[in-house]
Amino acid sequence: MHIPDGFIDLPTSAAFAAISAAGVAISIRGAKSSLDEKTAPLAGLTATFIFAVQMLNFPVAAGTSGHLLGAGLAAVLIGPYAATLAITIVLILQALLFADGGLSALGLSIFNMSLVAVWFGYGIFLLVKKFAPKKKISITIAAAIAAFLSVPAAAAGFVLQYAIGANATFSVSAVFTAMIGTHILIGVGEALITFFAVGAVLASRSDLVYGYKNESSKLEIRAN
Amino acid sequence: MKQKTFLISGFIASLFLAGVVSFYASSHPDGLEKVAGDIGFIETAKDHSNSDGILADYGVKGVDNQRLSTGAAGVIGVLATGAISTAVFALIRRKSGEKK
Repeated sequence: MHIPDGFIDLPTSAAFAAISAAGVAISIRGAKSSLDEKTAPLAGLTATFIFAVQMLNFPVAAGTSGHLLGAGLAAVLIGPYAATLAITIVLILQALLFADGGLSALGLSIFNMSLVAVWFGYGIFLLVKKFAPKKKISITIAAAIAAFLSVPAAAAGFVLQYAIGANATFSVSAVFTAMIGTHILIGVGEALITFFAVGAVLASRSDLVYGYKNESSKLEIRAN
Repeated sequence: MKQKTFLISGFIASLFLAGVVSFYASSHPDGLEKVAGDIGFIETAKDHSNSDGILADYGVKGVDNQRLSTGAAGVIGVLATGAISTAVFALIRRKSGEKK
């Protein structure tokens, strides 16, 4: 969902760049308190893993592919603030090094993937976790559901930008229907990858997982 | 699992995915590109300002072997993302002794 230059006009792109910059600034402050010397390296690894898996486009429908966005995965593993930063780093490197995603559109892409997808996904994760049984597997399933819904949420972010400042005149409702439909399919792949990745980290180092830690912190205090 | 073992395993997995598995990725347009093509606003896309860059489109310029070119670009991307993100998060994180 990396937006090329030209789809959205420059004033709209600049406005979203300003919103994204504010979101990133807030996330730097938030990540400072959520990351410590043990979880900061996991945040780096999460960004690295997301970069790698974003190269792996999987087929979703006739002539269409999708790849991991990583918002739900990152939000659950390292918390939403650090997740915003991790995906922003990936997007900046992809645009600068690999010509993937236009430079003038970077603020638009960061808004959709680092802010909308991460925070919407994290909200869904908390909601599902609240009603699910207090088990490790619930964390994995909640992460997968969050990941699934985060992809059409990011797509809706693009539709909003298209509605405000498209350089084309095709109807917004047609773009909405096509974007949401396609990205629900991509969301299924997103959910599967997130399920296995979160499951693997929970199985090996559950103490590092942000979305699980808050759950077990009371026990930790007693154990200390 | 020890922290070090865990981090190294994750890093090696990332290198393998970007360096080897990426060659088998689908080359179909992604969701946004497909929708843009179907509806028609793909016409408004401009060429990337770095489209001549040595790593543009996840390939190393001048390397003709597709497998090698994609794989090397992936490895470079993993090393770059790993170095930059690890440095950024190390700078941001709470320092020991600081309050939450």
